[in-house]
Amino acid sequence: MTKDILSISKVEKSYAGKEVLGSISFALEKPEIFGLLGPSGAGKTTLVKIISGIEEATNGETRVLGTNMPNLQQMKKIGYMAQSDALYSELTAKENIMFFSALYGLKKSEIKRRIQEIIAMVDLEQDMNKKVADFSGGMKRRLSLAIALIHEPKILILDEPTVGIDPVLRRKIWGNFQELKASGTTIIVTTHVMDEAEKCDRLGMIRDGEMIAIGSPDHLKSETQTESIEDAFLYYGGVLHAN
Amino acid sequence: MRIKAMVTRIIKQFVHDKRTIALLIVAPILVLTLLSLVFNGKEYTPILALVDVPMPISTELEESEAEVSNQSLSEAEEMLEEKQLDAFVTFENNTPTITLEGSDPTANRATLQVIQNVISKQQQNENVAMEIDYLHGSEDMTSFDNFGPVFIGFFAFFFVFLIAGVSFLRERTTGTLERLLASPIRRWEIVVGYVVGFGFFTALQTIILAWYAIYILDMMMVGNFLYVLLISLMTAFVALTLGTLLSTFANNELQMIQFIPIVIVPQFFFSGVFNLETISDWVSWVGPYTPLYYAADALQDIMIRGYGWQEIAIDFYILLGFSLVFMLLNTLALKKHRRL
Ligand SMILES: Nc1ncnc2c1ncn2[C@@H]1O[C@H](COP(=O)(O)OP(=O)(O)OP(=O)(O)O)[C@@H](O)[C@H]1O
Ligand SMILES: [Mg+2]
Repeated sequence: MTKDILSISKVEKSYAGKEVLGSISFALEKPEIFGLLGPSGAGKTTLVKIISGIEEATNGETRVLGTNMPNLQQMKKIGYMAQSDALYSELTAKENIMFFSALYGLKKSEIKRRIQEIIAMVDLEQDMNKKVADFSGGMKRRLSLAIALIHEPKILILDEPTVGIDPVLRRKIWGNFQELKASGTTIIVTTHVMDEAEKCDRLGMIRDGEMIAIGSPDHLKSETQTESIEDAFLYYGGVLHAN
Repeated sequence: MRIKAMVTRIIKQFVHDKRTIALLIVAPILVLTLLSLVFNGKEYTPILALVDVPMPISTELEESEAEVSNQSLSEAEEMLEEKQLDAFVTFENNTPTITLEGSDPTANRATLQVIQNVISKQQQNENVAMEIDYLHGSEDMTSFDNFGPVFIGFFAFFFVFLIAGVSFLRERTTGTLERLLASPIRRWEIVVGYVVGFGFFTALQTIILAWYAIYILDMMMVGNFLYVLLISLMTAFVALTLGTLLSTFANNELQMIQFIPIVIVPQFFFSGVFNLETISDWVSWVGPYTPLYYAADALQDIMIRGYGWQEIAIDFYILLGFSLVFMLLNTLALKKHRRL
């Protein structure tokens, strides 16, 4: 149990008495790319906020690397990219990165080295001294991703990271995710994009705050006797049943 | 059609924002009420002490609208120092000498008027011979000299409040607060960070404002400039911490601005621009609960009365106390966003 990277048991969350998550349980035992799939309003963002320690579950237990969340020490080991870009638009890209690196207590020399690595990954070398206010939507997304990665987190939580990013760059970024995983990083990613879902090691399907299915893409497809993740998703959602 | 859609949408937005509607109605009423309280307030009643004043004049003064008591010279001087008197009257060689506290032109005028009336009636003479001394200020002192220190405090307060409040609010509305809270930063670190970060600009603002008022506008200034800076800076800190705290209760910039008539303007009325003794009793008790009251008191003490640290220390510590309490409350308010 304790050696799990992430273990979630019977997590429930209500806002003002209204249930948003109802008893979700799953565990990540070794580094992998874990995708969260589900319709809008299903509770994906709420779940990843609970994992990252911003929100607290109303009931149940969330353990990150063996420690109950929320916990400030564990939060240092987590990289979080929010669904909406949270950047200071009056500052340049570099100033934003510097600010967040400082929050995680990185040293000057570390920051210097890391900045080179991550901006190459998200292709922002030319734009480091531009104000974020002048960035395009996709550029902001990439900068947010870079900031989530700056402190080399053990667990990377990405809430719809590739919205607004073009296919070429998206492929490149997913290549980087695979490399990160190979070097021992666990990635939890929410997405609506089906070809991204196919690239995850395992998928959790959420609907109305319930985990309705969990498993590798192939497993989910064979279990539902469907050709694509999209069909499997619709199957679990009950749409195919209705037809 | 498009116009109609616009109108409908705007009406709907208002209906969803009941606070704004309430403010639209309540705020003007509040400000009007305060104005009427101030201007329809009581006549100013001078408080006099008589030091060996001969018979007919002393009885006349006792029968006037002034509040009169008989004191020894040393007692009278002490009471004047303590602001318990507006003036005391002594007699030398049959010439009345009036010593005024002097820092409030309204009080000066009312006091002199009462005494002049009595003495001219006694001497059957329009041109009364009397000597007038001022403990503080002088007859050249204008109302602006009296209000000036209050304005310095007020403006230091007003703008810092708004700007700090809106910045902190933006932090929340743009999602950067949540992003901050996803990092290992502690809540109080955010609050202190704001105070220190804004501190630099507030210090700059304070220095410029005080310098401008004193050296360019030629506001009366008999005390130490550094004390003026110290108190204005402390006032700005109170504004900064109060602004960030209250931004928690606003959902957008407009709602932040709604705090002006509720939080800022009333403080101004009780801060000493209007003599509190002329404000109706049933509201004048509010003053001591507002930070600007202490800021204005200390600034007037320094600039008009030339007082030093001993006299302003209490005001300083009260302002410091306000800031610390607001910071603490803000740290607690952030709990709404993250428990740790
Ligand atoms: N702070 C909050 N207060 C009240 N309700 C909330 C709050 N945050 C989320 N909710 C509700 O929780 C539910 C799940 O929201 P969540 O953001 O987790 O969905 P999601 O799966 O991420 O959707 P999307 O794909 O659109 O991002 C929604 O019904 C939402 O209205
Ligand atoms: Mg979401």
